[in-house]
Amino acid sequence: MSLSLSSMPHPGPRKDAAMAARLGASRKRADIIIRTLCIAATVIGLVLLASILITLFYRGFDALSLRVFTHITAPPGSEGGLLNAIVGSLIQSVIGTAIGTPIGMLVGTYLAEYAKDSWLGNAVRFVSDILLSAPSILIGLFVYQILVLPFGGFSGWAGIAALAIIVIPIVVRTTEDMLQLIPNTLREAVVGLGAPKWKMIVLVCWRSAIAGIMTGILLAVARVAGETAPLLFTSLGNNAWSTDLSKPMSSLPVTIYSFAGSPFEDWIALAWAGALLITLGVLSLNILARTLLRSRT
Amino acid sequence: MPTEHIVRSYDEDLRKLRDMIARMGGLVERQVADATRALVRRDSDLAGEVVQRDVQIDQLEREVEAFCVRLLALRQPMAADLRLIIACMKVSNDLERIGDYSANAAKRSIVLASLPALGSMNGFERMAHLVQENLKAAMDSLVHSDADAAERVWGADEPVDEIYNGIFREMLTHMMEDPRNITAATHMLFIAKNLERIGDHTTNIAERIHFAVRGETLPEDRPKGDNSAFAVVRVPGE
Amino acid sequence: MSLSTETQNQPTGSKSFGGMQARSEAALNDARVAIRNLDFFYGDNRALKGINLDLPDRQVTGMIGPSGCGKSTLLRILNRMYSLYPGQRATGEVLLDGQNIISDAVGVNELRAKVGMVFQKPTPFPMTIYDNIAFGIKLHEKLSKSEMGERIEWALTRAALWNEVKDRLDKSALGLSGGQQQRLCIARTIAVRPEVILFDEPTSALDPISTLKIEELIDELKRDFTIAIVTHNMQQAARCADQVAFFYLGELIEVAPAAQLFTAPKHPKTQEYITGRFG
Repeated sequence: MSLSLSSMPHPGPRKDAAMAARLGASRKRADIIIRTLCIAATVIGLVLLASILITLFYRGFDALSLRVFTHITAPPGSEGGLLNAIVGSLIQSVIGTAIGTPIGMLVGTYLAEYAKDSWLGNAVRFVSDILLSAPSILIGLFVYQILVLPFGGFSGWAGIAALAIIVIPIVVRTTEDMLQLIPNTLREAVVGLGAPKWKMIVLVCWRSAIAGIMTGILLAVARVAGETAPLLFTSLGNNAWSTDLSKPMSSLPVTIYSFAGSPFEDWIALAWAGALLITLGVLSLNILARTLLRSRT
Repeated sequence: MPTEHIVRSYDEDLRKLRDMIARMGGLVERQVADATRALVRRDSDLAGEVVQRDVQIDQLEREVEAFCVRLLALRQPMAADLRLIIACMKVSNDLERIGDYSANAAKRSIVLASLPALGSMNGFERMAHLVQENLKAAMDSLVHSDADAAERVWGADEPVDEIYNGIFREMLTHMMEDPRNITAATHMLFIAKNLERIGDHTTNIAERIHFAVRGETLPEDRPKGDNSAFAVVRVPGE
Repeated sequence: MSLSTETQNQPTGSKSFGGMQARSEAALNDARVAIRNLDFFYGDNRALKGINLDLPDRQVTGMIGPSGCGKSTLLRILNRMYSLYPGQRATGEVLLDGQNIISDAVGVNELRAKVGMVFQKPTPFPMTIYDNIAFGIKLHEKLSKSEMGERIEWALTRAALWNEVKDRLDKSALGLSGGQQQRLCIARTIAVRPEVILFDEPTSALDPISTLKIEELIDELKRDFTIAIVTHNMQQAARCADQVAFFYLGELIEVAPAAQLFTAPKHPKTQEYITGRFG
């Protein structure tokens, strides 16, 4: 600590002009290279994204008409819509989320409040994280094995089950994350008044985390609304009008999948319209989620 | 203190305070010595110098006080530091009083120099010597943070009081012998009283240093020998 | 809640001292909380070593010491907050009303109704001001709506917050300023009518003016409550506390009336710490 400024030969920046100029030039070169690479990568990404969206909007709005919302799917050539697919998607997504959310919230709460560092907690967290990133077709196959084969057929319930399984890990993760954001002193303040732990969780922790958890749920809905793979093996799709959950049920992603691959112009157009609807739905859910999260902070 | 403050400038401040007090103490010691010499040698010039130098002491006292107030406000001292600063503030006060008594004695010795000498100055010399010794010991105990030395000074005032009692009786005798002695004797009596008061302030200083170092106050009944008050008036029942 | 009403009914006038005089002259009251041979362990790490300390009734005990000295740990033993966390345990005795409150024989929720706590950072619950105060009361008592209203007004008044919030009791507590939030937390604590209030660095997140308001409040509250306050600010301990305890490395080094500890501490470690000569 005996070093003092005055004992150093050159206090402050070096005054050697030539060296400074050389250093400056090489730094400037490096800066230009890195910056060019970054900008190029961004441009490529943006161009791809924009072309996807432009194509989607162009073809989607072209095919979109009132008929899409009022008619059910029909054979090629006859005036068909997407009504059964839209309703089927709504039913399966909503019920799937409604089943998956409470389970996910309770598991997330267990992880954050009861099993923070326990062996079981870590195991559950690990499995949930794997489930979160598992390919969704695996979940479809799983449900196919345990709900479709034994009960002798595709059904809306099987689709709902598959979607619920996708919802659960998302809600588990956001619930746990949001609860962990709550400072421990708030918990201590609650139990410090003599409150039992369950009251602390239900009355204060959930209430503090509710905006974040809601965001997670909305993102989960957005995710399952666009899932195709798990539904292919479960609710299969249905070209007739059906709200019977024990029968195969139509859904937007599956309909898009089968229509887009068909050789018929009007089916392909409907597929674009359906894709546009899903995109708009997911987009608005995302915006809603972001607004919610922002209003919290 | 065994260890230093985390904030080093604080240590420097306290060192500066100790230096100021030590300097003030040195100046005051010299004032007492010069005032005594001026009295004994009937040296009016020296006495004049003493009177003039008193301004410096007053000035130093104000500086010490301002510095202490600054330390109290800015450092918020605690425990030993707090006690030291408070002690310094009060010691500077005592020193200033001692300076005043010296200057007063010097003024009176100017008057005395113009009057015929009255008796021997031995008592004054011995008394001044004792007082100076105690004052020096007190200031040393401050410099060395030595509570035991301070306590010794605190208990060493009795001989001063005894000499004062002797001078008191001697001056009374002079006055009764010849009324023309009254002016000189009164001045000398005041000078003796000044020296006695200086002794008392020295014990105060010793007390403050003892408190600063130990954190405990000394008992209230200091050994005292000044009973000149009873030389004229006998308290009933005595 | 017979216990908390008891403090309420005791005459307080006879024992109330006015600020400074009480601290510098009056002797310490009898112990309300008696800590005896207390040890505390984080796992195998012994964080407190044989603590013996009395908290005098309706006076303020300040706890000071460098970080990690165990003062906060001790505070969190007094309402068994440590039991939230696995691997932490206390041995010894902490006697409140003749009961050893660290034994399992005393219910932890009943204990916390008797020993309230205010934290370093304000911890308003995400609900209305009214519900914040009512929360603790509802845990322990069944009150009618009008009784509840009275109790809430009483608590907010004692916490010197009533005039500032009486027109917006139905607004979220999160909209209050930091100092107001801290006073809300104090109101929430005293609304339960505890016997002892623990303050864990209650002003370290507040500006100087809010800090002084909290200190004035503590001075006011000690008429009815026994108070323990952990603080890093020695001047705060000097201003608030009747008795000050100095902790170092898990040991209670020295405990004395505030005026004595800050002018003439007995132990050299205390001296070094409070004069700023550590390390």
